Amino acid sequence: MTQAEASSYTAEEMMAVAAARRLADGTVCFVGIGLPSRAANLARATHAPDCVLIYESGAIGAKPRHLPLSIGDGELAETADAVVSVPEIFSYWLQGGRIDVGFLGAAQIDAHGNLNSTVIGEYERPKVRLPGAGGAPEIAAWCRETFVMLRQTPRTFVERLDFLTSVGQPPDARAAAGRRGGAGVTCVVTDLGVLEPDPETRELTMTELYPDVTIDDAREATGWDLMTAADIRLVPAPTSDELEALRALKPANEQTVTS
Amino acid sequence: MAEIVPLTEAVRDLVRDGDVVALEGFTHLIPHAAGHELIRQQRRDLTLVRMTPDIVYDQLIGMGCARKLVFSWGGNPGVGSLHRLRDAVENDWPAPLELEEHSHAGMAAGYAAGASNFPFGIVRGYEGTDLATRTNIAWITCPFTGERLAAVPAIRPDVGIIHAQRADEAGNVQLWGISGVQKEVVLGSTRSIVTVEEIVSELEPRPDAVLLPAWTVTAISVAAGGAHPSYAHGYYERDNAFYVRWDEISRDRDRFRQWMQRHVLETADLSEYQRALQAREASAV
Repeated sequence: MTQAEASSYTAEEMMAVAAARRLADGTVCFVGIGLPSRAANLARATHAPDCVLIYESGAIGAKPRHLPLSIGDGELAETADAVVSVPEIFSYWLQGGRIDVGFLGAAQIDAHGNLNSTVIGEYERPKVRLPGAGGAPEIAAWCRETFVMLRQTPRTFVERLDFLTSVGQPPDARAAAGRRGGAGVTCVVTDLGVLEPDPETRELTMTELYPDVTIDDAREATGWDLMTAADIRLVPAPTSDELEALRALKPANEQTVTS
Repeated sequence: MAEIVPLTEAVRDLVRDGDVVALEGFTHLIPHAAGHELIRQQRRDLTLVRMTPDIVYDQLIGMGCARKLVFSWGGNPGVGSLHRLRDAVENDWPAPLELEEHSHAGMAAGYAAGASNFPFGIVRGYEGTDLATRTNIAWITCPFTGERLAAVPAIRPDVGIIHAQRADEAGNVQLWGISGVQKEVVLGSTRSIVTVEEIVSELEPRPDAVLLPAWTVTAISVAAGGAHPSYAHGYYERDNAFYVRWDEISRDRDRFRQWMQRHVLETADLSEYQRALQAREASAV
């Protein structure tokens, strides 16, 4: 990103805008803290006022006026249509298949959208102990679609995960057995652009790039041999309306993608 | 039938070294005061259970109270890592910490099974993940549809500890707002301690509230402000600045120990802890 662009919007703002634009009005979203919460609330504040935000703390239809720092801030309970218990949110709503889009972050992703949020290094003696699975395994398996948001670097986009916390794509066996379940990871929104599974091979493929990002930038930031779409699209920069709405959400503090 | 006793007494009488203890709270109503009392009374070899271990578990682990942690997401929400948890897992400091980790759905099902007196809960999850090989689950087949499901053992702590807004003099407990797995942990535990913001002569019914009747609770202790730095809906807000500050306090072993010494070990109870916190803030200004 050039100096002039960096001064007008940040990489995280571009990510939030790119993800928000993908949410159609009325989408039922299972939202985590940080960037996903920014993206979903931006959608609600702009083109998708009837997006339904569900937080895993049990808030259904939350309409926060400012971005929560935690997944269970009082603001979420106060503005929600209903607050239910945690066992209910995970059984009736998530595993019950009532969510359109689930958001996930991670420390590592592979070319099939499998995610690691458990450890870097060996499980028994990790170099870095990460927070762990949280809602990820069931979000990835049971939302109709999963959007992943994380920065694209060779350390995060890896050939082989240190630990497989959530599965990127539904196993064929599940479809064969007639089981319900989602489509898995349908897009990965990074600080360079967007990846989507190739319709044939299912491998994550760079399909969109942000302004001033080249295919070579994306390749260099990826730990595997990155496929790029033949008709790679250019994502328009955030509009002034989008930036204004995003900044009006006033995050409680700057969030990191992986926490 | 619930007895109303001071928190020091409740912890002394109900929590033993080696117990399986769950201090629950999903961001809201986290029983910090009770956790501090466990640290003051130097409980050891605890198996700590919690879906979302955060600051108070970081403190318990860093002070050497825990042998094992059963959890599904361990972090400082919205801020980052739990440095004491990481130090225990990565470097065995101050002692090795055994982990049993689940997904949120897995633990929620385990708690619901515990409350229901079922042997296990079921989850549509874990399939294809490395968690399946690391966690304590078994695969079962649905007798009606043939679907393959994960069975998660019921969570039945020796002691379940929660914080609630209020109780009445008869020992009935009322809490509202984000209610997490608080009801499940009290019903699923052999003994329970509920700290409350206040005891009132009569509980006004609230249609959205969770009610734990006096006959489901072992001990109730008044701990006004006892959820800080988390919050008690209708009483006080979350102290977000403290969560950010904890990141600095806990990063370094010595600074962490000094902080715990000054604020927890050298204070006799919650009100002295609150005074120590205020004194620090006053001197910082």
